[in-house]
Amino acid sequence: MLKLISSFSIGLVFGVGILVSGMANPAKVLNFFDLFGTWDPSLAFVMGGALIVTFVGYRLVLRRSAPLLDSNFSLPTKSDLDARLIGGSAIFGIGWGISGFCPGGLVPALGLGRAEPFYAIGGILIGISLAKLAIKALDAKTESKADIATPATGNT
Amino acid sequence: MTEFTPVYSLLGGALIGLAAVALMAVHGRIAGISGMVGGLLQSPTSADWGWRAAFLAGMIASPVVLLIATGSMPSISVPPTTAMLIGGGVLVGIGVTFGSGCTSGHGVCGISRFSARSIAATMTFMVTGLLTVFLVRHVIGG
Repeated sequence: MLKLISSFSIGLVFGVGILVSGMANPAKVLNFFDLFGTWDPSLAFVMGGALIVTFVGYRLVLRRSAPLLDSNFSLPTKSDLDARLIGGSAIFGIGWGISGFCPGGLVPALGLGRAEPFYAIGGILIGISLAKLAIKALDAKTESKADIATPATGNT
Repeated sequence: MTEFTPVYSLLGGALIGLAAVALMAVHGRIAGISGMVGGLLQSPTSADWGWRAAFLAGMIASPVVLLIATGSMPSISVPPTTAMLIGGGVLVGIGVTFGSGCTSGHGVCGISRFSARSIAATMTFMVTGLLTVFLVRHVIGG
């Protein structure tokens, strides 16, 4: 229960930050991208503010042996720049440039009492489901290929 | 046109950072919103489902804080068609799943850890976002 209350409260602060910053407003996001039109540089300040606090805060927090309510820190360990990372990010940017909603900007907008954000979240959930199916199929294909082609010494 | 809001944007960004640091300090997790949304599609009995749902519920409730503080909901302006919202959303969903993250997870948390993957991802989606808006507004819509 304590975990849920804590997570809800942190989500609330995150959401207030998104709303105050302007990230929940697609017009502001799209104007940030519109260098040759109605450019609004505000979002650079959002990134700047968030990065300064997170950079310093992470350094202090990650010195500790464990988080307060869990046994260990869960940090991503992958380091390779593969086609999925770059291709996926490229597709994300295209979608973001069309709708103006990134996931973090969209979720607080769901609480504004308007219909449009629900169309966007519906699309996102469909997209995530499709991609998960595709990744499963791709991984299964790679595995069956590896079964046939794995040399005795293994891949290097 | 939208008004340039450096002070509010910096302040809001700092709050986003504060929440990201708090989530790491208390729960030991990266504040990646696309990962949380995607995680909701897993079984509610999975270990991470509860805190993710609670975090997202907090985000959805956040406009109420602004309503109480300022007396009105923040106003937003969205793209003109439903197809752009749904279609853009589908691409965002596909992209963040293959790319393992979005603006929050890669752009804020990952770059703060100097993750090469996150820096590459952020540069990529910023560039394609820019190109897309250029195409939509100045080539197709021109």
